[in-house]
Formats: sequence, C-alpha cells, structure tokens
Amino acid sequence: MSPVLDRLSVGSGTGGNVPRVRIVVCVKHVPDIQSERALGPDGRVVRDGGDGTLNELDENALEAALALVEAGEGSVVALTVGPDDAVDAVRRGLQMGAEDAVHVVDDAVAGSDAIGTARVLAAAIRHLDAQEHVDLVVTGMAGLDGLTSLLPTALAELLDLPALPLAAELTVDGSTVRVRRNLDHSTEVLEATLPALVSVTDQANEPRYPNFKGIMAARKKPITTLTLADLDLDASRVGLLGARTEVVEAAARPPRDNRVLVQDTGDAGVRLAAYLVDNQLV
Amino acid sequence: MTAPVLVLVDHTVDGAVRAPVRELLTLARELAGGAGVHAAWTVDGVEPSAEVVAELGALGATHVHRVVADADPHLSAVLAEALASLLDATGAGLLLVVSSFENKEAAARLAVSTGAGVVTDADGLALVDGRYVASKTVFAGTWSTTCAVTAPLAVVALKSNSVVPSTVEGAPAPQIGEHTVAVSDKARRVTLVERVERPASGRPDLGSASIVVVGGRGTEGDFSVVEELADVVGGAVGATRVATDEGWIGHDAQIGQTGVTIAPRLYVGVGVSGAVHHRGGMQASGTIVAINSDPDAPIFEIADFGIVGDLFTVVPQAAAEIRRLKG
Repeated sequence: MSPVLDRLSVGSGTGGNVPRVRIVVCVKHVPDIQSERALGPDGRVVRDGGDGTLNELDENALEAALALVEAGEGSVVALTVGPDDAVDAVRRGLQMGAEDAVHVVDDAVAGSDAIGTARVLAAAIRHLDAQEHVDLVVTGMAGLDGLTSLLPTALAELLDLPALPLAAELTVDGSTVRVRRNLDHSTEVLEATLPALVSVTDQANEPRYPNFKGIMAARKKPITTLTLADLDLDASRVGLLGARTEVVEAAARPPRDNRVLVQDTGDAGVRLAAYLVDNQLV
Repeated sequence: MTAPVLVLVDHTVDGAVRAPVRELLTLARELAGGAGVHAAWTVDGVEPSAEVVAELGALGATHVHRVVADADPHLSAVLAEALASLLDATGAGLLLVVSSFENKEAAARLAVSTGAGVVTDADGLALVDGRYVASKTVFAGTWSTTCAVTAPLAVVALKSNSVVPSTVEGAPAPQIGEHTVAVSDKARRVTLVERVERPASGRPDLGSASIVVVGGRGTEGDFSVVEELADVVGGAVGATRVATDEGWIGHDAQIGQTGVTIAPRLYVGVGVSGAVHHRGGMQASGTIVAINSDPDAPIFEIADFGIVGDLFTVVPQAAAEIRRLKG
C-alpha cells in the first residue's frame, strides 16, 4: 500500500484523520501579455521591461493546489526559476495562500530553453523532496511567453513521475489522482498513483484574488533563494549552453497593409462578399 | 547532408489520415532529399487501409511503419517510447508531428529521453547548412522568429496551414513494415481510463480548416448566422472564450492561446471584440475580417476588412451575396 493512501480525498470531501499532503506549484514570471512584448537581439524574451507578472495560467495551478490542501490538509510550495524580479511570481503565490516559496536564481540559467528550465525545476523539486516528501507537482498548462507547453511533461519525465497534463478537472482521492482533459479531437480521463505531476488548464477553476489578509500574511512568509550550486546542477546542462535550439532571427511583424474599415450603411454585407470573392478568399 | 525523415501519421478512429499530415509529408519529401520518408502509423486498434497506404505513398512516404506497442499509444509516454525506437531503427534525423497537445507531450519526452531539439508550433522548416531551421510566430502572432536546432536530432511540431500539400505523380508504392515496441513499466504508470473521440461535425476540422468563422459575445448566443456563413464558404466554426464559457458552443471550439490556435487563410470574426487572449490564437491568420457593432473593438486594429455594423444584418447579407456570386 502506498504511504500516501488516504491522505487526501477531494472527490468525496471526506475529512477526519487526514495526514498532510505536500504540493509544489511551478510558477513563472512573464512579460504582461497586455504590454508591448519583445525579443532581444539574442533572440531571448526581454524580461526587464518592468511589465512582468505571474503567468496567468499559473494562477490556475496555484488555485488547484490550494483547493486540494483546503479539502484535506497539507501545504503548497510555490517554486520559480528566473532573474531577480521573478521573485514576484512566488510572492503572488504566497499572497494567494502558498505556505512557502522557493526562487532559483543563477546567471547560468539565463537563455534556458523549456528543457533547461525543466532541469532546474526538477533539481529544485528533488531538493525539496529530500527535505520533505513531495506528493504532487502542479504546473499551468503553458507559459504565455513561449507557449510551447513542453515544460510539464518534460519535468515529469525528468522527475520520473507519471504526468497528467491539461487537466480541465482534477480530483485526488486517497493516493489516486484523476484528470479529465479536452484535446483537439477527443476527451480523455487519465489516472495515476501519487506522487505525480499535473498541469491544469484555465478551464479547471477560477483563481482566487489575494485579499488584504493574504497580502499581509505573505510579507511574513519566507522566500528561499537557491543557486545551481545549491541544487548540485551542472551549469552546462542549462542556460544557453544547455539549449538544443537557438534563435537565428527575430523581428516584429509589420502591421497589415491596406486595411479597410467600413461603417455599414445598408450594403456592407454585399461589399464584404465582393471583397472575399474578388480576392479569391472564398 | 540529408537524413531520413520520420512523420507521425495522426488518424481518426475511422482510419482516415488527418489533413495536416498531408502537409508534413509534403515537407518531409523536400527535406529528406531522397534519403527516405518514413510514415509512422500507430496501431491503436485501427490499421492503415490499402487506400491509406497508397495516399501516404502519393504524398511521398517511402516506408509505412505499422507501429505496434504493447500498451495504448494514446498515452504520451508510450508514444514517445515507440517513436524513439522507430527513430533509432530508421536513422531519421528529424521527426515531424502535427502540432497538437498530445504530440507536443510526446515531443517533450523525446527531448529528455533522446536529447532532441524541439520546436513547437512551427510554420515552416528548412535545412540550412546541415541544420534544421524552423520559423514560427510568437507573442500572439506579433513577432516572427527563426530557430535552428543545434542537437543531432530534431523534433518539429508543425502548425496546420503552413505548407501547401502536394502529391508526386507515379510515386512507387511504399514499403510496409511492422515495428513492434515493448514499452517500459514506467510508461504504463498512467492509465487511460476513458478516451472519447468527438464525432466529426460535418464541417472542416477547426484546427486545420482554411476558412474559420468565429462567433463572439456579439452573437448573444445566436450562432445561426455564424454557422450559415461558415456553411456557405465551407469553413469551420470557432468561438471566443466568452461564447464557450456561456455554453453557447462547446469548449472544443474555443480559439485562443489556451484553446485551439488557428492560422487559416481566411478568418471571419462575427461579434468578436478581439481580446488579447483570443488574438494570440488567430493573429497569424492570412486575411482577417471582422464584423462588430463597436467601432473601438480591438479586433479592428488587426482586421484587413472591418465592418462596423449589426452582425445580424451584415452577415446574412454577405452569405446571401456569396451564394449568389458563386452561383
């Protein structure tokens, strides 16, 4: 029998003598999608625009984790990797209700691709697991900067955990984690035994907004800062050195030419039809 | 330097090749330069028919591999192990897959297990000085980038509508082989409890359609005009997050950064305001048409042809006129 059996029962909502469950939520500090986002000459995302924010989709991950521990008992650790101001992402996690925060910051991490970032996160999660057993890792479905969606499954592969990505619904019952996910052509239900990794979509929940009490409480919560040396991670495996792809060119796309905007005065539908047919679009 | 190319053939439960695979094979044919195009058909209870093999051959496949794993290939860990084994067997330097969530999960695993360099959501791919160089748009379609794979093995997930598919006249019949895979215990740790494939709607598939008509808040839940226009132009029907959250249409129709990302030749937004999350899923479209009663709707900033007006009069009028013009 698994040691985590009966730790948590969200599906049935049973309480009673429920031991603690420990969840690590990976979060990312990204440029605000409402801001002017840019790539630098090195092809890397410009992250010093001052318009950084917690990746919105990671709020769904935090919400899912917090809801799970609130239904039973346990704690949530918010984990991020990134430059100094990335600490804002885990601070937001603390404000929402996470108990601990870990920020991996190291110059060698800069320029990491999704797999390099996953390596750092995996090392940090192993570090946390060595201190106290981690039952579940939760991530958002994608980062709104790179949008590759590679990280969750790569992280599970590195951690040797079963992966249940893209949860639109998530239940943990005893040691069983179950996920319903909506793919392009199908709907699937996946199940695995804890410990496991789950990524959640923006359909999974409505993230809470930190209240005043949460914001005040977050000020007293610790944020642990770790370097690659603390994680015993070889710098050549991450950052630009460890990347398997390199950006060759990056340019803002020019605005569309010859744009037409008409106010309907009774014949706009006819004009639209003519435009589509004349341009052989239909 | 050319190397064989491996192409994952996505197929329906009825055994039909999904349309974007035609693009992959067309591209693979160019990139392989005679070194061999290997089509991988994962046998998930469905076998490739003789017609399918002929179709794959006409598109340029020199080999069709029936991949038979001893676990469900819809599990990404199983798929990744099967593909890794086939990459090994074929000596391919490139794996091309359709850019779907499940294929990207397998790609992520291959990146870890094989050291491959992965590019997702590419809209083009070339072999430059012995390196695979992919193009893709980022930041909600506002930036164009090219990205070179520096690892010996490349895995590229290609977006639909990136390549014009073509066939080869008189292509020889592909060799058919069986590739059996014994997956590891760790690939079996996730159980696929249920998998329900959505029935075809009778309209083109949203992710790969060349024309998409999208309904938003402005429809107030009445998608009849959206559907009418879509059917007149042979397009797919999509929706904004508001429309799916309101339950006006299923979540699978949601266009956006977290839903279906589309880049059709023609996008028509009906009552769509153009919130940034939505734009992130459609801004790379060829021609953008928008009909909205609000002249300040952000979608007009990116629309090639915008109409400020009542969608319930403009759209049926356009549909009727297209029907008339097209006879």
